[in-house]
Amino acid sequence: MLRVRVIPCLDVAGGRVVKGTRFVDLVDEGDPAELAERYARDGADEIVFLDITAAPEGRATMLAVVERTARRVFVPLTVGGGVRTVPEMRDVLRAGADKVSLNTAAVRDPELVRRCARRFGSQAVVVAIDARPVVGGPIAHGRPADRDAARRGSWEVVVQGGRRPTGLDAIAWAERVVAAGAGELLVTSIDRDGTHAGYDTALLRSIADRVPVPVVASGGAARPADFVSAVREGGAAAVLAASIFHRRVHSIANVKAAMAAAGIPVRLGRGVAA
Amino acid sequence: MTRVAVVDYGAGNLVSIARALQAVGSEVALARDRAGLDGADALVVPGVGAAAPAMARLRRHGLAGPIRAWAASGRPFLGICLGLQLLFEGSDEDGAATLGVLPGRTVRLDGAPSLPHIGWNQVERRRDDPLLAGIADGADFYFVHSYAVRPDGPGAAALTLAETEHGRRFVSAVGRGRLWGVQFHPERSGDDGLRLLANFVALADDERDSAAVSRVPPIGARRADG
Repeated sequence: MLRVRVIPCLDVAGGRVVKGTRFVDLVDEGDPAELAERYARDGADEIVFLDITAAPEGRATMLAVVERTARRVFVPLTVGGGVRTVPEMRDVLRAGADKVSLNTAAVRDPELVRRCARRFGSQAVVVAIDARPVVGGPIAHGRPADRDAARRGSWEVVVQGGRRPTGLDAIAWAERVVAAGAGELLVTSIDRDGTHAGYDTALLRSIADRVPVPVVASGGAARPADFVSAVREGGAAAVLAASIFHRRVHSIANVKAAMAAAGIPVRLGRGVAA
Repeated sequence: MTRVAVVDYGAGNLVSIARALQAVGSEVALARDRAGLDGADALVVPGVGAAAPAMARLRRHGLAGPIRAWAASGRPFLGICLGLQLLFEGSDEDGAATLGVLPGRTVRLDGAPSLPHIGWNQVERRRDDPLLAGIADGADFYFVHSYAVRPDGPGAAALTLAETEHGRRFVSAVGRGRLWGVQFHPERSGDDGLRLLANFVALADDERDSAAVSRVPPIGARRADG
């Protein structure tokens, strides 16, 4: 049976892993390759690197990090941040990544998703959607907002770490990028990121019900029970977290054990107790 | 040191397979043409994507014939993902005729709850084989695909090493002598994936030794390290 993946996310800036609350107040948490290797040993099903500075001058640094990590980590590696073109994506894949996650660049140029999928296959293209609940009713985005949307809630896509709203409805955007070839969606509730308030399961469910591709839950994980909710209530195919793993609040093995106890199929490899 | 040629025909990420083979102690050479196979003890054909463009690229590089000949010769061979599918006669994905070393076709993974089939899934043993030595039956491996092989004819059952379930059962590993193919990605499957590659390299090494000692038939399974 296909397993639900548990994915540690490493926010990388200047070649180091950092973590802050809502993308600010960054704290140095270690060497990316070293942390990635530790996670792989602990049972991580995949590793995500997010280049949170994503500055053009940082690209070479990030490629070096990917290259160094790919030498010692033999689980799938996804890299996000800073990729704006097909050749840039090619460089990241050549450095040893399996997938590239597109966020701001896809909002700016939605055709980029199609071009990347056509060139490298949908399996290599993840679209990261940072979303924030809309207060006071759904976004109509060109068509009348329906009553269902008002009832289930509505979320707006934001970029630049939540600093810039886009006016895009997150669910409609999810459907659009999947139609363009995205093979997976990384859905982050930006207001919960780093807050330990739990995943936004309503947001996850709203998107997971509308797209055939895997939805990766992100933003707000604190307790093992949150991971269970993301799958049970949110319909997530994979669960991602950062700080609770970095700070060793919970190990990946803990989280997997809680998921397995709740009847969710997870990979329990060597050294991971069932 | 066992020298492994990894076929480089522009069909996907070679970095991870090359590094994984190095991590288990083999010497890796990327083969872009027929000459790239010279001196190799074992051949690995990786690849993701569709069969027709892959076959076109192999032909353009003059590699289709040499790969078919190698696979048919009984020398150590490992096909991964598309590299497994190419061993069969044809693919329903785009109607391409493929290498035809093994009987059967590549067919769509119908009835799957989601496609592509992406993620970790269990590989269930159908028979013992030295390639899978030291790996638990039902161990998880990493998959990324929408099509799978369907061996055909009298030898089909003997060819099947392992199966996996995603909506329906499909063949996830095949083997015949020193010819193997896996639908999953051992280079992305953690310790068990590295174990499989270490087994492959060790078996190729046995082959080389026995070839050196006047064609003594290969001596079955040598476990990597228990």
